[in-house]
Amino acid sequence: MSPSAGGRATSAPIMGRDAEPTLFELSAPGRRAASFRTTGVPEWTPAELVPGEHLRGDPAPIAEVSERDLVAHFTRLSHRQYSVDLGAYPLGSCTMKYNPKLCDDAASLPGLTDVHPAAPAPLTQGWMELLAQLEEALCRITGMHAATLQPPAGAAGELTGLLLMRAWHEEHGNPRRKVVIPDSAHGTNPASVTLGGYETVTVPSDRRGLVDVAALRERLDDDVAGIMLTNPNTLGLFEEDIAEIAAAVHEVGGLLYYDGANLNAILGVTRPGDMGFDIVHMNLHKTFAVPHGGGGPGAGPVAVSERLAPYLPGPRPVVGDDGAYRWETPPKSIGRVHSWHGNALALARAYSYILANGGDGLRRVAEAAVLNANWLRTRLRGIYDLPYDRPAMHEFVASTSTLKKGKGLRALDVAKRLLEEGFHAPTVYFPLIVDEALMIEPTETESLQTLEALGDALERIAGGDAEDARHAPRTTPVRRVDEARAARQLIPTWDARE
Amino acid sequence: MGHYVPHTDAEIAGMLRFLGMSSLDELFASVPEALRLAAGLDMADGLSEPDTLDAMERLAERNRRAGRELVCFAGGGAYDHEVPATVRRVAFRSEFVTAYTPYQPEVAQGVLQALFEYQTLLCRLTGMEVANASLYDGASACVEAVNLAVAATGRQTVLLSDGVNPNWRQVLETFAAGTGHDYVRCQIANGVTRWPDDAQPAALLVQYPNHVGCLEDLAAARQLADNAGALLLVAFDPVAAGLLHSPGHFGADVVVGEGQPFGTPMSFGGPYLGLFACKRDHVRRVPGRLVGETVDADGRRAYVTTLRTREQDIRREKASSNVCTNQTLIAVACAVQLAWLGTDGLRELALRCARGTRYTRDALLAMDGVDPLSDAPVFREFAVTTPVPGDVVVERMAEEGFLAGVPLGDEYGERGLLISVTERRTRDEIDAFVGAFEKVIR
Ligand SMILES: Cc1ncc(COP(=O)(O)O)c(C=O)c1O
Repeated sequence: MSPSAGGRATSAPIMGRDAEPTLFELSAPGRRAASFRTTGVPEWTPAELVPGEHLRGDPAPIAEVSERDLVAHFTRLSHRQYSVDLGAYPLGSCTMKYNPKLCDDAASLPGLTDVHPAAPAPLTQGWMELLAQLEEALCRITGMHAATLQPPAGAAGELTGLLLMRAWHEEHGNPRRKVVIPDSAHGTNPASVTLGGYETVTVPSDRRGLVDVAALRERLDDDVAGIMLTNPNTLGLFEEDIAEIAAAVHEVGGLLYYDGANLNAILGVTRPGDMGFDIVHMNLHKTFAVPHGGGGPGAGPVAVSERLAPYLPGPRPVVGDDGAYRWETPPKSIGRVHSWHGNALALARAYSYILANGGDGLRRVAEAAVLNANWLRTRLRGIYDLPYDRPAMHEFVASTSTLKKGKGLRALDVAKRLLEEGFHAPTVYFPLIVDEALMIEPTETESLQTLEALGDALERIAGGDAEDARHAPRTTPVRRVDEARAARQLIPTWDARE
Repeated sequence: MGHYVPHTDAEIAGMLRFLGMSSLDELFASVPEALRLAAGLDMADGLSEPDTLDAMERLAERNRRAGRELVCFAGGGAYDHEVPATVRRVAFRSEFVTAYTPYQPEVAQGVLQALFEYQTLLCRLTGMEVANASLYDGASACVEAVNLAVAATGRQTVLLSDGVNPNWRQVLETFAAGTGHDYVRCQIANGVTRWPDDAQPAALLVQYPNHVGCLEDLAAARQLADNAGALLLVAFDPVAAGLLHSPGHFGADVVVGEGQPFGTPMSFGGPYLGLFACKRDHVRRVPGRLVGETVDADGRRAYVTTLRTREQDIRREKASSNVCTNQTLIAVACAVQLAWLGTDGLRELALRCARGTRYTRDALLAMDGVDPLSDAPVFREFAVTTPVPGDVVVERMAEEGFLAGVPLGDEYGERGLLISVTERRTRDEIDAFVGAFEKVIR
């Protein structure tokens, strides 16, 4: 394909190649960076302040570095790290979209950062209004009635949702024993089911890649507390039978839980509430552009239908007739799920992103995400297997099954070769139901030119030598790492080395 | 299209042609007609960048932020410590901020090495051998410690000290609805926990220093745990580790805590940092991500997430925890701040907190009607009772320009006030605080 005009988001070949010593190797006894405010407080000695049985002798050994060395160290480390700001990051299910800088500034306002979480409500009206407005916006987006912002990530939202289910069923007879999840579900779903005190029942996907409705019906009885679904599912396909599924689950008195990891595909197009879901979590670090921070923090608010609102965690910000906000815990609340009010600054970021996009912009987010995914899927047709070759939503799953049989090219090798090409790899080997899966989510913020370059790179890799690909990557800060050795000869800290 | 969608109209038209489609709506053909939102979202249209920031600023202005106009003496799990410029500038470099979980270690050595250093620092602070790459917050770290203890012992009951942060205890109770864990509440008397000595629990969970600021007797708790064949779980204050013995010194099995004091502003409660460290015996039950050192194909030192078979994406319903996204960036900030403090600086930080606390406490207790909740030793936080209830004191002190503390709940006896003094508080501020306090408690 001939390249068109426009910027491409790839990183090659600028990443830091030299090994970086640890902080502990950079340490020199007596060096330090710290400086403290002049306070004039009397200078009692440690022994005058703390009884002997509590007082440590030697100070806790940390590291002893100058500020200059410290800055150089972490700056060099940052050069050994791929990031969205550097280039495209088509990790399926993770939604690694560009994070607008405006949101960084919004979440750095001192009026937001310098507020104690236990300060009385009259002093924190701005924060409470922000949280209440975010709750409302998320309810509008999902078609739900009320929300809690406490869960700090998607998995925490799942567990919160399952405890809501449990509380609901407990009040309506008994908590029930089972929760149904599809075989394509993310690992946090079954792990959360266990922590919620339930047993996981797996429902298979059919040949379309959708929940097998007949198989689901066989699994439904009055011991099923509910079902957890992602829609679009982890194959990037919209569960077209969702209305029928919802009716069937509701018929046995079960509840529908929506794993919102893929909500970005349907913003302004359809809503979980309209599909019949009772409980919805959102990953604000996916759909609403909270940056992933190398693995967190995110935020996983949970929104519910009206009948479940009395069970939500508390306290929640509630506005009175006088326009003043106060904290209120719902009457049948399952209790707190976070130390304070959730990952507040992440919530503020998401709120600023929602304000900037608005209802119209959010719909455009979904459109462009789905457009990009389908463009790339179509581009790769005939090059990789597309086990479910039907119109996708925001992501799609390809496979190297044929390439592996033909010449031994595995999904893992494609991933590692792609790193050499200056892109982050897609998610590999997930969902588990696809052999040699490459789960690709370009996101809406990547340009056509980036997609062209990514498509070209993936085509080159598929056409290349499989043996050669096993040696990739060769242009990254390190080559393939020995994961087996890391587990066998565990070195979890610098001090654990021989 | 919108602010952050780069496509031109011509590109969209071309891409649709490539797909054999004539409109964007066709992309959503698999969404049943009946489920489509005909009128779009019932929300305002998007704002420009400056308009968005104006709206955010207007909200921020409706908070009374801590600072010279509202000098902070509140703690109770969130503290007003200095965040040095180095942390803000370095830990929040966009390479760290905009990366995902290090699934491809070859291009994630930056985050992985930073986490390895964080794990090392946390082990040095706690006296433990293994630390994970972070949990959500202090509360979730307690929950995971209990889950580990229950799995390790096969017992369901946990002795839970009333000295543990009340919000954290509420979270423990919430999650117990799913796990079936049973908490036995252990009250505190004169500032320290009174444990029953006839129990056979999975674990004891104690906070050091505890929620009312007092130093618990960890040696006694260890003894009790040994007698019962239980684990000792300690929620520690990482700042205290600059001056106090580490929980490891007293024989803790698992050490958890809130890492906010290192590198994170109070931020209305999040994102914070759940600290989790334990003895090596328990490494296969550790929740979440763990980074280990290894080598690459050329034999060079490299880092990677390890013992992955504990985790949800592989072990699914049998995983040691459901945690996936955690608080990595905050852990990196914590590592930067700890390195900035250094061995000597951490001790000085702790000492300064303890000195300010002593100075404030002595002055308040000299007042008529202000009594200590307990005379057990404290470190950087203490509780007092006053003639008027704590929440009234806080309300009145706000008018005087102080966030006076965190009112204590009924479980601590008479309604009290928890006051915290960090290294940021000057003698002048403390003197003014004491003067105002004298005025408002009558
Ligand atoms: C489909 C799906 N569900 C749940 C989760 C868990 O969310 P979190 O990582 O925020 O806990 C993820 C995240 O990776 C996901 O992709």
